Amino acid sequence: MSNPFIRLEEVSKSFGLLTVVEGLNLEIGKGEFISLLGPSGSGKTTILMMLAGFEHPTSGAIWAGGKRIDSLPPHRRNMGVVFQNYALFPHMTVSENVAFPLKMRGLPRAEVTERVGRALDMVQLGSLAERRPSQLSGGQQQRVALARALIFEPEVVLMDEPLGALDKQLREQMQLDIRDLHRRIELTIVFVTHDQSEALTMSDRIAIFNRGKIEQIGKPSEIYDHPSTQFVAEFIGETNLIHGSVQSIEGGTARVQLPGGQEVFVETTTNLCPNGSVCLSIRPERIKVGRREVASNKITAAISDVVYHGDHLRLVARSDGQALVIKTDRSQPTLSIGEEVQLSFLPSDCWVVRP
Amino acid sequence: MSPIGLRKQLISLVLVGPLLLFLIFFFAFPLVTMMKSAVSDPVAARALPATARAVASWDRVSPPTDAIMAAFVTDIRQINDDQLFGDLVRRLNSAKSGFRTLMTKTRTTLSEGTGSIDLIAVDKRWGDPSYWQAVSVAASSTITDRNLLAAVDLQRDTSNAITALPADASANRAIMLRTFVMALTVTVACVLIGLPFAMIAASVDGWKRQLLLGAVLLPLWTSLLVRTAAWFILLQDTGLINSVLMQLGVTSGPVPLIFNRAGVIIAMTHVLLPFMVLPIFSVLIGIPKNLMPAAASLGAHPVRAFLNVLLPLTLRGVVSGSLLVFMSALGYYITPALIGGAKDQMISSVIAYYATGAANWGMAGALGLVLLAATMILYAIYLRLSSEREVRP
Repeated sequence: MSNPFIRLEEVSKSFGLLTVVEGLNLEIGKGEFISLLGPSGSGKTTILMMLAGFEHPTSGAIWAGGKRIDSLPPHRRNMGVVFQNYALFPHMTVSENVAFPLKMRGLPRAEVTERVGRALDMVQLGSLAERRPSQLSGGQQQRVALARALIFEPEVVLMDEPLGALDKQLREQMQLDIRDLHRRIELTIVFVTHDQSEALTMSDRIAIFNRGKIEQIGKPSEIYDHPSTQFVAEFIGETNLIHGSVQSIEGGTARVQLPGGQEVFVETTTNLCPNGSVCLSIRPERIKVGRREVASNKITAAISDVVYHGDHLRLVARSDGQALVIKTDRSQPTLSIGEEVQLSFLPSDCWVVRP
Repeated sequence: MSPIGLRKQLISLVLVGPLLLFLIFFFAFPLVTMMKSAVSDPVAARALPATARAVASWDRVSPPTDAIMAAFVTDIRQINDDQLFGDLVRRLNSAKSGFRTLMTKTRTTLSEGTGSIDLIAVDKRWGDPSYWQAVSVAASSTITDRNLLAAVDLQRDTSNAITALPADASANRAIMLRTFVMALTVTVACVLIGLPFAMIAASVDGWKRQLLLGAVLLPLWTSLLVRTAAWFILLQDTGLINSVLMQLGVTSGPVPLIFNRAGVIIAMTHVLLPFMVLPIFSVLIGIPKNLMPAAASLGAHPVRAFLNVLLPLTLRGVVSGSLLVFMSALGYYITPALIGGAKDQMISSVIAYYATGAANWGMAGALGLVLLAATMILYAIYLRLSSEREVRP
């Protein structure tokens, strides 16, 4: 990134003997929507807390807008934070909550009233301005929290699993709302989540965290289609991991022998050495049942399970002891358990992942 | 009602029965008795039935008629019970001094003969209508507001109008005021110490929190008398506090801490502190942990975040703690009695004096009633204020 807005340089954070974040480097551009994704305890929330100023790095530096901020107290960082459980002030009305950051900045009363009105209209809560947070639904509370974090026009908004407490339908609606807001006002958003589909639908970039380190960072499609490690492949979406040994490499294509003796071709950009063992990731929706005309890999397998999912079928097939999950549309002729089928997939759909 | 429903009701009645009986016999019954004794005044009506009938038509201004005097003579002659006569004399004497000698003299004279006797000849005080007014007031009704009025330093004068007692006659109002001022002082002291303490206790966890809470709770498990006695030892001129102060060279002589207001306030604050700390603490731990970080992220300096967010949310605990401390402090007896001087006694010691020292249950009941009423009014105000705050949208 040529001119990052936020830069974390070799940031580490330990609590006693426990190292939560280790030598982290991360650059976030202005106006970017970046998701920090990972299992709990992977350090993603700690990073957010360090950006907000609630935690201080054990070592390393954090820069924002050209200034070093890691020793700045939270109230002087000008970053909006949306908390997991909204953190609305229960003794204030909706409009008092939203007006809070402006009052803290000593803005004149008339301007506060005007801006609060606009902010509440933006999140469609103008009619509930005099309610207390306890009188609102979860989704409404979330929108108040959002309005409160945006009203003072912060340069960055940090969101800590803001949608975790909402039900599925509301969550999807809020995902679209936040993405829409991000586009409209060109906000820099750092979004912490453990929900991979949330990260995929909303983000410009996703950073996958594992044990205090970034496992992979990139656009959602890069992460999904080309996971760099086994952890990423399994964490994002569903995948089949197949171990094999490299037989030969010609051009960009490697011939890999599977444990059962069947051979598949793999398109690869990674440097592989012949006779080395390798781990392949194949997404379930990339595997087709039946032969295909184009040059593709073919494996024979026996159907061991068929699960009906409404819009698709999930098949489990076994080939030489290796279980493969296949997602297929319902145009498939009916398959019965035990039936022997031919599975095919393109060399470009096999992706070599690091263990 | 179905037999099963009836059975269930019976069972629940049996289960709450013991509690109900306990409350009736040991709480409601004594309370009602005390309240009744504050207003009941049956002695004169019982001892002087004929007089009571005779004075019904008297205007209490003109000299008493012969009929009244004759009825009075009859009544006095019919009193055989010395106990009843003693009660009557005490009752009349409390309304107007002089009755003690007058009545004894009159009874002695009357018992010596029969037939009509000129009372004014027995004692010329019987010619004074004010004595007859006192007899008339006492005999004509079995209930009285005398005690209640006296509890707030009022009386009925000879024309039956309510007037203030002479300044030297009673100090109930001053003591009541002192009681409220002392209770208020203790409450304020408890807030000043208890609020920061509860905040510290709520902000730490693990053994530190247990230690802090234990420090508050431990005194609560000790008897009030023992704690007060301990303060007695600590506060005296040769006590721990004074000897430390003198050894440190802070003072040359002992600071007077006992038998004065300061000592009572110190001891009462210590005794009542748990009732302030615990409600505040329980409110504090219910406040979501992320509100203060949220306030900081929205640009609030820690001091302003405290004033605008944490303090208003803690106020509920402070108010209920204050109410508990204030109400308990109003009724304090042992601590002021042991540690305070004569000028630090609270209203309960006056009640105790009337109940056990002067055997004047009427006054004890009346003062208790006044204290109860004042407390209830304050509680009603608190309820009103707190419900208004919740209802506000």
